[in-house]
Amino acid sequence: MPPRMLPEPTPETRHFWDGCREGELRLQRCTQCGGGSYFPPRPFCPKCGSRKVEVYPASGRAVLWSYVINHRPRPDMGTEPYAIAVVQLEEGPRMMTNIVNSPQTPEALQLDMPLKVTFAKQTDDITLPLFEPAGA
Amino acid sequence: MKQKSIAVVGAAETTRLGKIPDMSVIGLHADAALNALADAGLKPSDIDGVATAGESPTALAHYLGITPTWADGTSVGGCSFMLHVRHAAAAINEGLCTRVLITHGESGRSRVGAGRFGMAPSSLNGQFEMPYGPAGPPTMFTIPVLRYMKTYGVTEEDLANVAVIQREWAAKNPRASFRDPITVDDVLGSDMIAWPFRKLMCCLVTDGGGALILTSADRARDFPQKPVYILGTGESVETPMVSQMEDFTSSKAFRVSGKKAFEEAGISHADVDHLMIYDAFAHLPLYGLEDLGFCKPGEAKDFINERNTAIGGKLPLNTNGGGLSYMHSGMYGMYALQESVRQMRGTAPAQVEGAKISIAHGVGGMFAASGTIVFSNEAP
Repeated sequence: MPPRMLPEPTPETRHFWDGCREGELRLQRCTQCGGGSYFPPRPFCPKCGSRKVEVYPASGRAVLWSYVINHRPRPDMGTEPYAIAVVQLEEGPRMMTNIVNSPQTPEALQLDMPLKVTFAKQTDDITLPLFEPAGA
Repeated sequence: MKQKSIAVVGAAETTRLGKIPDMSVIGLHADAALNALADAGLKPSDIDGVATAGESPTALAHYLGITPTWADGTSVGGCSFMLHVRHAAAAINEGLCTRVLITHGESGRSRVGAGRFGMAPSSLNGQFEMPYGPAGPPTMFTIPVLRYMKTYGVTEEDLANVAVIQREWAAKNPRASFRDPITVDDVLGSDMIAWPFRKLMCCLVTDGGGALILTSADRARDFPQKPVYILGTGESVETPMVSQMEDFTSSKAFRVSGKKAFEEAGISHADVDHLMIYDAFAHLPLYGLEDLGFCKPGEAKDFINERNTAIGGKLPLNTNGGGLSYMHSGMYGMYALQESVRQMRGTAPAQVEGAKISIAHGVGGMFAASGTIVFSNEAP
């Protein structure tokens, strides 16, 4: 199996990937407009344009927002069907991820089911934020 | 834009559609361009404006021997050609050029002279989507749909019926890739691609191309074909990442582009005789009907199931068979435009009798971008 396709952090996203490596899901929020949390990372608020934003640790709690189950696996993802999911974080933003510690079936994966983040180390630099059922 | 100030005076697809392993991407652009030039009674040196996506306008102009005073390389996915029409109309009205050639060519199936897929791992898509296993549009464009289905009680059968009705249109079109009738059971029994999407809910992958020639309406009657006038136009973009769509049950780019086009055209929905909605996958016509305002949110499934978009229905939709049955090279928007022009000329294989207004609505990327063109065949 070829090595998994992994992100290459940029200066603007480095804090996010450093956080994952350290076991912390980091979001950003604006300190000026009350526009709330946002994702993916950028050094300004997408609501008001202010550069006065802060990085903070998210709760890691989310719900399953939508997904597909890919029946033609990408070579670096193994040979079994897997869900490509979007979760809605408790803080508001949504992100793409995979759901682990669960069968990859429509029956097991119900929209709005509660999830929590778990971290999957890939290399010394890159750890991916994945999600699992909150009761797992 | 000013209503009916611009007309389509040349329109053609590549000589062949489907499997064309003996032609490269630039060759398909040129074949479509030469066919459109012949349709308009023009030669390359008569063209002074070029627009294209997938190839650069520079490559296109040089290959065809055109020296333009205006060039547009807007490339936002399969609806780029709708945006080119809109930009060309503005450019002609501003006096930047007089006769614009817009081309598309894509070796989607044979991949002759085609670039490679892929996104840089440092891009936002590369960092925040690709690591989780998307393997092309069937696994990305489809991600919002379970949320849409849960919100509005849409079933797999509803999705399947979109493909069934479009196949009925395709049966009337000799150039359609798939013409044999299918049933909902056939669709639901076809190979699973990315649950809940089966193979027959996904578009074809073929080779082909198309081209349009636009000029000012006051010159349009000098050309051999019946002019087709641009009544209104719209465009917008939302996000390159499907996971970051504002609303998984509706496309913001569709809503903004569609509203703008209706406003420019000064028409109501009841005025529309014929509609093309870019259907890379079976959910696109559902989202399109709702986001363009033909149906209320959640009601498009019933509108389709009640056969309003089928042969004999009040709003004939995707009358060439669509990306699901006609052809889909990768950037299908050009073929939606071509079918609208044929319907307005009165030359479509499944001609809608008496049609006076046609809309071609396109999508780019995975709900990333949108363009909408309203056509009329009535002279200003």
